[in-house]
Amino acid sequence: MVTQAKALIRRFRNARSVRAAARPDQSASHWRLMYRELKRHKLARISSVVLAMMYTLALFAPFIAPQGLENYSSEYMNSKPTVVRFVDAEGNFHLQPFVYGLKSERDPETLRKRFVEDPSKLFPIKLFVRGEEYTFLGVFQTNVHLFGVDEPGRIFLFGTDGMGRDLFSRVVLGSQVSLTVPLIGVSISFVLGLLIGGISGYAGGRVDAVIQRFIDIVRSFPTLPLWMALAAAIPPRVGVVEMFFYITIIMAFIEWTGLARVVRSKFIALRAEDYVTAAKIAGVGDLKIIFVHLVPGFISYLVVAATLAIPGMIIGETAMSFLGLGIRSPATSWGVLMQEAQQIENVALYPWKLIPLIFVIIVVLAFNFFGDGLRDAADPYSHESGLKSANRKEKQRWFNRSKGKRMSM
Amino acid sequence: MVRYITRRTLVMIPVALVVSMIVFFIIQLPPGDFISGYAAKMSTSGEIMDAQALAQLREAYGLDQPWYAQYFTWITGILTEGDFGYSLSYNRPVADIIGQYMGITLLVSIFTMLFTYIIAIPIGVLSAVKQYSWFDYLSTGIGFLGMATPNFLFAILLMFLSFRWWGDPMLGLFSPEFAEAPWTYAKWLDLLKHMIIPVIVIGTSNTCELIRVMRGQMLDEMTKPHIVTARAKGLPEWRILVKYSIRAAINPVISTIGWSLTTIFTGSTITAIVLNLPTQGPVMHKALLSQDMYLAGSWLLLMAVFTLLGTLISDILLALLDPRIRLERKGA
Repeated sequence: MVTQAKALIRRFRNARSVRAAARPDQSASHWRLMYRELKRHKLARISSVVLAMMYTLALFAPFIAPQGLENYSSEYMNSKPTVVRFVDAEGNFHLQPFVYGLKSERDPETLRKRFVEDPSKLFPIKLFVRGEEYTFLGVFQTNVHLFGVDEPGRIFLFGTDGMGRDLFSRVVLGSQVSLTVPLIGVSISFVLGLLIGGISGYAGGRVDAVIQRFIDIVRSFPTLPLWMALAAAIPPRVGVVEMFFYITIIMAFIEWTGLARVVRSKFIALRAEDYVTAAKIAGVGDLKIIFVHLVPGFISYLVVAATLAIPGMIIGETAMSFLGLGIRSPATSWGVLMQEAQQIENVALYPWKLIPLIFVIIVVLAFNFFGDGLRDAADPYSHESGLKSANRKEKQRWFNRSKGKRMSM
Repeated sequence: MVRYITRRTLVMIPVALVVSMIVFFIIQLPPGDFISGYAAKMSTSGEIMDAQALAQLREAYGLDQPWYAQYFTWITGILTEGDFGYSLSYNRPVADIIGQYMGITLLVSIFTMLFTYIIAIPIGVLSAVKQYSWFDYLSTGIGFLGMATPNFLFAILLMFLSFRWWGDPMLGLFSPEFAEAPWTYAKWLDLLKHMIIPVIVIGTSNTCELIRVMRGQMLDEMTKPHIVTARAKGLPEWRILVKYSIRAAINPVISTIGWSLTTIFTGSTITAIVLNLPTQGPVMHKALLSQDMYLAGSWLLLMAVFTLLGTLISDILLALLDPRIRLERKGA
C-alpha cells in the first residue's frame, strides 16, 4: 500500500517536472511571471537601472562627495561649475583630466565678485584623495574620497552655493535623505495599510464602516496644507535624525489610507473565494487564513500601489524642506538645496542652482515608469491592450487549446 | 436621485465636523502659541513684555483655555453667526481676510481649470486618433514630464525662463504700478499677463493626467462595435468621432470635475508661495508659521469642506452621466 502510494507520488512528480520543462509558464510563480513581464517593459528596465545608480550614489555618498556636510569655503561663494579639461591652454593633451585654478575678479559692469579660470595653474584630478573624515557605511572611519584635487585647487562639479559649499557634494549627500525618506515612509504605510485595511476587509460589518469613515476623513484633508500644519508642529530644535523620523511619520500618516483601500477591496474580493471557505471549514485559524491564503493573493498589487506612492512622497519631502519645514541645514536634502533657488535673482545670476531640480525630476520619473511597468506586469488583464508580447499570445494559444480539450471531454 | 443627493449631503456634515476638530487639534500642536511668538518678536525690537501683560493678552483672545474649549467657542461661532474668529496677526476678523483673498484664489482656480480642459481634451483626442504618430509620442512624453515635475519647482523654472527672455520674472499677479489702481482695462490686461505662469504651473500636472485619461478612454471607445457599424453605414469620420467616441469617452473626464477643482484649489498652495501670488497659499503659510490659529484653522477647514464638496459633485455627476450607476443605486 505504502509503496504503491509512493510510486504514485513519484509518477506524479515526474509527470509534473516533464510538463514544467516543456511549458515553463505553467510552473512559474506569479513573481517570476511578473519579473519576466517587467523585463520586457523597456522604460521600466531603464528606470530600474537609473534608480539602482541613484541608490548606489546615496549608499556611497560620503565617499563619492569630495566635501563633507559641514565643509564650506567662504572665499568661493557662488562659484560656477568647474570645467573638467583634457586639453590645456597650449593645446597639449593630458591623459589625466585636470581643472584650472580659480581666481576672483570684479565684474566691470555689476561690480559683483565672480570667478574665472586661471590657466597658469593646473590641478590634475586624482583618485582616492584624503579629505574630510567620515564613517563609511556606518562601520569604519576613513578619510578617502573618490576624487579630488590637491590644495589650493578646488573642484566644484556643480558650482557652489551662497555659502561656498560644493553643490555636487551636497546633491550627493542630500540624496541620502531624499531617497530614503520615501522608502521608509512607504514601508510604514505599507504595514499600516496592510494591517488596517486587512482588519477592515476581513472583519467587515461595523468595524469596516468605522474604519472606512476614518479613512474618508483623513483623505478629505488637503494634503499639502496638512503636511505644512503637521510639519509646523515639529519642535524647532530637534536633531537631524529625529527630524528625519518626524517627516517620515508625517508622510506615512497620510499615505497609508490609499494602500488600506487597495488591501480592503482585495480582501473583500478574495474572502468569497471557495478556497478560503474550504480553509475555514477545515478549521484553519483567522490569522493563518489571512497570511497564508489571502495576503499572497494580492501582495503584488500592494507592491505596485506602494511603488506608485513613492514619487508623491519624494515631492512631498522636497516641498516641505523647500518651505523650510523639513530637514534643516547643515543637514541637507534636495528640497533644502532648492531653497536657494526660491529667489529669482539667485537663479538668474547662478543658474547652476537648479541642478538639484534635475535630480528630483529624474528620480520621480524613474519611479513613475518603474511603477507603471510593475502595474502592467502584475495585472494579467492589461497585457492584451498594452504590451504586445509574443509570450502572451503563446499563453493564449495554450489556454484555448486546454479549453478545447476540456470541452471535448 | 434627490434622495441620493440629500443622503450624501447629510453624511457630509458629521465628517466636516470631525475634520474641523482634527484641524483645530493639529494647528494648536506646535509648542507655544501666538502670544509667545508675538512676545519673542517684540523683544527683538527692544520691547519686553512682562508675564502679566502676556496673560492679559491670552485671556483677551481666549488662549488661556484648553484647546477643546477654544474649539467649542470657535465652532459655535461659525455655526451660529458665521463668525470665523479673529486673526491675531492681521488684527482683523478672519472672515474679512478670507473674503479679501477668496476672489483672486477662485479666479486663478477657475482660469486654471478652463486652461486644463481646453488644452487636455483636444490633445487627448488627437493623440488617440493618431496613435503612434509623432504627435502622440510628443504629447505622451510631455504628459509624463509634466506629471513628474513638482509644480513649485516648475514655477521656478518658468520664472527663470521668463526672466531670461523678457527680463521680468512675472512675480505676483499685478505689476507694481497697478497694484493699488482701480479696475481698468489696462489692469485687467496686466492681470491676464501675470496669470500665464501661475495657470500653466498649477494646471500642468492636471492637464497631463487628463490627457492620459482622455487618450486611454478614446482608444477604448474607438474600437467598439457601434463605431464600426457607424463607419460601415458611411458616416463621415469626424461625425463618428464627435457623436459617438468623444461623447462616450468624455464621461469620466466630466465626472471628475469636482475632484480636479479641489486639487487645483489646494495644490496651488506652494506654487502661490513661490510665485508670491496674493491668494490663499502665502496667507495660510504665514498663519501656520505664526500660529495664528483661527486664520489657519478656518482656511484648513474651508479647504477640507471644498474637498468634500468636490467629491460630492463628482459623485453626483457620475450618477447623472452614467445610467448604469444610477440604475444600480435605484435598485439598491
